[in-house]
Amino acid sequence: MSAAALDLHQMGVAELGAALHARQTSATEVAQHLLARAHAHSGLGAYLALNEAATLAQAAAADARLSAGERGPLLGVPLAHKDVLVTRDFPTTAGSNMLQGYRSPFDATVVQRLAAAGAVTLGKLNCDEFAMGSGNDQSAYGPAHNPWDRTRVPGGSSGGSAVAVAARLAPAATGTDTGGSIRQPASFCGVTGIKPTYGRCSRYGLVAYASSLDQAGPMARSAHDCALLLSAMAGPDLDRDSTSLEQPPEDYSRYLAQPWPGASASRPLQGLRIGLPREFFGPGCASDVLQAVRAALSELERLGATLLDIDLPRTELAIPAYYIIAPAEASSNLSRFDGVRYGHRAAQPSDLLDLYQRSRSEAFGPEVQRRILLGTYVLSHGYYDAYYLKAQQIRRLIAQDFQTAFARCDLIAGPVAPSVAWAIGAKTADPLAAYLADIYTLPASLAGLPGMSVPAGFGADPLPVGLQLIGNYLSEARLLQVAHQLQRVSDWHTRVPQGF
Amino acid sequence: MSLTLHEIERLAQLARLQLTPEQALDAQQRLNGFLGLVEQMQAVDTTGVEPLAHPTAVMQPVQLRLRPDVASEPNQRAANQASAPAVEDGLYLVPRVIE
Repeated sequence: MSAAALDLHQMGVAELGAALHARQTSATEVAQHLLARAHAHSGLGAYLALNEAATLAQAAAADARLSAGERGPLLGVPLAHKDVLVTRDFPTTAGSNMLQGYRSPFDATVVQRLAAAGAVTLGKLNCDEFAMGSGNDQSAYGPAHNPWDRTRVPGGSSGGSAVAVAARLAPAATGTDTGGSIRQPASFCGVTGIKPTYGRCSRYGLVAYASSLDQAGPMARSAHDCALLLSAMAGPDLDRDSTSLEQPPEDYSRYLAQPWPGASASRPLQGLRIGLPREFFGPGCASDVLQAVRAALSELERLGATLLDIDLPRTELAIPAYYIIAPAEASSNLSRFDGVRYGHRAAQPSDLLDLYQRSRSEAFGPEVQRRILLGTYVLSHGYYDAYYLKAQQIRRLIAQDFQTAFARCDLIAGPVAPSVAWAIGAKTADPLAAYLADIYTLPASLAGLPGMSVPAGFGADPLPVGLQLIGNYLSEARLLQVAHQLQRVSDWHTRVPQGF
Repeated sequence: MSLTLHEIERLAQLARLQLTPEQALDAQQRLNGFLGLVEQMQAVDTTGVEPLAHPTAVMQPVQLRLRPDVASEPNQRAANQASAPAVEDGLYLVPRVIE
């Protein structure tokens, strides 16, 4: 491998964009190089589908636009999509046997927007089946492996996305986050990811899991790169997504080069108040994770930020509330898989009921079936008020607790997950243990708030730890600004797992 | 609150799932394990709290939009049926419903 080729996969989105503009490389050369890497590292289980002809055609189109003098931060930059976002050029399985070989007749809005900005799609990325999981061990197509230690999970459900970015198979990827599915794998693999405010990115073409929670977002190697992707992905899609926010498109990188309002360049975060929820720093969090998170917080303090303790008193209640609301919505959403219009169909059904039951039972994995049963139960006659409505009431209390906290601080920080990545298989047999490990990501999901994971060094073994930053509604540009300031003075986000 | 095997089978039927006896037992065990976790929720006083269905309703009132009732998409029947497991003459095939 030549020195130049080595550099291409180490380059992030902004760097590649600059090199493409300067014509130091071409979209075709970068795409070919990364496709070769995808093949060479197929054992990681990051990709579920490649289509070299389609990728190279997109790259050639980007090169033609560059040759014609067109410029744009993503023009010719390759990336890959989580396999719950539908694509015309690649199959979309959502990690399920139900959709094996499924080809969408259209592109998801976020896919289409990134393509319009000139991004080149490398392929589709592994994930937990229908995004239900937190270890990527619930994929029907096998696990994805954490590049920092292949015996560990990469996190989930956007596990393949985190692996691809961390192992330098792609400079960036899309992910989706329902209860932490961008932030937690970003934390476990040492990459940067942001879940925007609910409704920022269109859900059109996102295979639905829990519609009041699902939100797409970027995963990349820096806050800067995430900002470039989010600027292209987000924005109103009013005719196609009834919950799309009516907010004008934004340049999410606009504050990156600036200090916090009122601060100076030497202490760029002076005046920033960061709230630390006591509930996130308790005995439930592993000491190696807390140590890394506190070190990152000290860096933010050195930049001028003030740390203060706050309370999110209903943090623990987020687990039952989420695991009632999400399965309830999932049981409704997944009723569309009936063996008739798309997806798996059982052989020789005796009647319509047999067709439905066998098609679904044969093709849905165990965790998906469990969540459908749970959702069916909590929505069923006689239990709706006690479970679903109660969970939605607690959801409001959790959202109000955040507003109380944001009266005292500008953003909230803490760990993303209570531990570093666990061994593949360790929690497969005990889903309840995996649910409990979602405790720090679920509150912001239920409230619809934007949240990030920013690399914060390493815990035991040594495996990556992420710092979670949670902002108030629509504050993504500020979250990215703070993460960028941290990344200017730290190098955790630049670390590469050995052998990649 | 714990679910009996009979209730699990009833739920499976409602959800159009067919469980083997082993799967039903497994589901019973896990669902009951989870429902134990839910107990703590029941202890919270939520009298007068309006359920939150749409998260950003906390930030601003949410008005669900309606599109004008006009055809905006071209006919894509062939493309939409390309992934269907069984079609004939542009129609989806299902087992005989009426004898």
